[in-house]
Amino acid sequence: MRITQGTFSFLPDLTDEQIARQVDHALAQGWAVSLEYTDDPHPRNVYWEMWGMPMFDLRSATGVIEELRECRKAHPDCYIKLNAFDSTRGFESMRLSFMVHRPPVEARYKLRREEGPARLIRYTIERA
Amino acid sequence: MTKTVTSPGAGKVQRTTGNTATRYQAGVLKYKEMGYWVPGYEPKDTDLIAVFRITPQEGVDPEEAAAAVAGESSTATWTVVWTDRLTACENYRAKAYEVRPVPGIEGQYFAWVAYELDLFEEGSIANLTASIIGNVFSFKPLKAARLEDMRLPVAYLKTFKGPPTGIVVERERLDKYGRPLLGATIKPKLGLSGKNYGRVVYEALLGGLDFTKDDENINSQPFMHWRDRFLFCMEAVQKAQAASGEVKGHYLNITAGTMEELYKRAEFARDLGSCIIMVDLIIGWTAIQSISNWARDNDMILHMHRAGHGTYTRQKNHGVSFRVIAKWLRLAGVDHLHTGTAVGKLEGDPMTVQGYYNVCRDSYTKQDLPRGLFFDQDWAGLRKVMPVASGGIHAGQMHQLLDLFGDDVVLQFGGGTIGHPMGIQAGAQANRVALETMVLARNEGRDIRNEGPQILADAAKTCRPLEAALTTWKDVTFNYASTDTSDFVPTVSVA
Repeated sequence: MRITQGTFSFLPDLTDEQIARQVDHALAQGWAVSLEYTDDPHPRNVYWEMWGMPMFDLRSATGVIEELRECRKAHPDCYIKLNAFDSTRGFESMRLSFMVHRPPVEARYKLRREEGPARLIRYTIERA
Repeated sequence: MTKTVTSPGAGKVQRTTGNTATRYQAGVLKYKEMGYWVPGYEPKDTDLIAVFRITPQEGVDPEEAAAAVAGESSTATWTVVWTDRLTACENYRAKAYEVRPVPGIEGQYFAWVAYELDLFEEGSIANLTASIIGNVFSFKPLKAARLEDMRLPVAYLKTFKGPPTGIVVERERLDKYGRPLLGATIKPKLGLSGKNYGRVVYEALLGGLDFTKDDENINSQPFMHWRDRFLFCMEAVQKAQAASGEVKGHYLNITAGTMEELYKRAEFARDLGSCIIMVDLIIGWTAIQSISNWARDNDMILHMHRAGHGTYTRQKNHGVSFRVIAKWLRLAGVDHLHTGTAVGKLEGDPMTVQGYYNVCRDSYTKQDLPRGLFFDQDWAGLRKVMPVASGGIHAGQMHQLLDLFGDDVVLQFGGGTIGHPMGIQAGAQANRVALETMVLARNEGRDIRNEGPQILADAAKTCRPLEAALTTWKDVTFNYASTDTSDFVPTVSVA
């Protein structure tokens, strides 16, 4: 099954033109765009590797798409997501985050169940 | 006769009761004459201000009625008591300071009342409500009374911890940004066994929802005991998480007859790895604040189902507006709050509902009379509550919902998921595709309010479940006039 993290995972993979339009939207809101990649999209893997710093001073989607192409070239077997960060008081967090690259074969996870007393089960999610 | 006196610790307090000797003669005085009517009083930054809608009995002067409200919600009783003179009573008296007729409704008035901060215990909604709505709503000289809105001074606000998680941290825990979250209430809400109930949870989450939900009256009935429900639901949640790689949750309703039982259920939910628990509003303010503390200690998202609120929020002439309930709940500390859909099956004028959303999500709420907001409200860094839109909504309304409420909301499609002709997974998928399509289009600058139906129709060409959803529910609207509307603008219902 497809890893469905990210804002647009239920849509067909976005084209670079579509990605650029989302970047334009993020930049218009004053958000800083960044790229992150990983080969382990475990639901609890919070810290993907950063592809450089958030592009705080960048004001055009073209530059982001160039960075994305470089990142894909370097990590074709990873997941890459594009984040848009809002530093406004009361948010100071991501406002948009979606997949912009997937590996040829999707990662798969399985459940490990450890049975305890009174039917209690401790669950762990592991790479299949 | 008005003169200013200085009373220790209270700054300048207006004296309005005239001659002290005559004021305290035994007998009955008008509330206005007892010092509860102070026209032109300028509230201090630390005063709590309430605006009531009052309907005085025939022949009762509106200013006297407003003074009575101030009196009965603070220090007054029906007769003069000499023991007032043992206190700094002018400090403790609430002050009605303005009365205005409600536009367009004869016999009703808005009355503004200011309360001194000392009247309230810190960090206790129970105390606040016992004062402000304790007696006054049964007071005979008023035919009806409604608490419309309240300005909470920052000094008072800071005595509350607020939501244990809040919108920002909830999103960071779930790793979901930039779109409304999707949920569904399991149906039928009563009668399913634990195993069958968990099946619905699994199908809905695997199909693409972020959350599923117990309904308000699912507790521990003969057909499904609570432990069974928790065990089967968490198996479903964990399996769906592993399959999708996404964080998912099921709001486990821990509402029970006693606090001891409530804690027991909360702990079991925690031990099974649930990220969220749920309580009903009817458990009461003290119980809500207690479970909120527990949720804070256990990193649990706290979902509030506003069961019962319609008994006192819906009718415009009497009760408490839901915007006030929402403010109290933000203080008391809940993370999710049902706040209406505007377009679904339950009561809710669109602008009035948007007003509730503002109360939940703003860092600073601006006065906005068409949305029912009477006051500016500084929320002083208190975390934000995620509003939940639930009840009679479906994928075909996605553009309206996104346009009305934006990203920070949980959209719950119960019937609209489980009643899908191709099955529950398909129903969930239809909703998620409709949502992501609409967010994508909005971010690209398209006018979703007008182009929405076309955007959905285009997406349905490559998504059969969405096509089936749009066909099945295309004619479903709940287009009735709302009862609770603003008096400051003409309001329309959304089809």
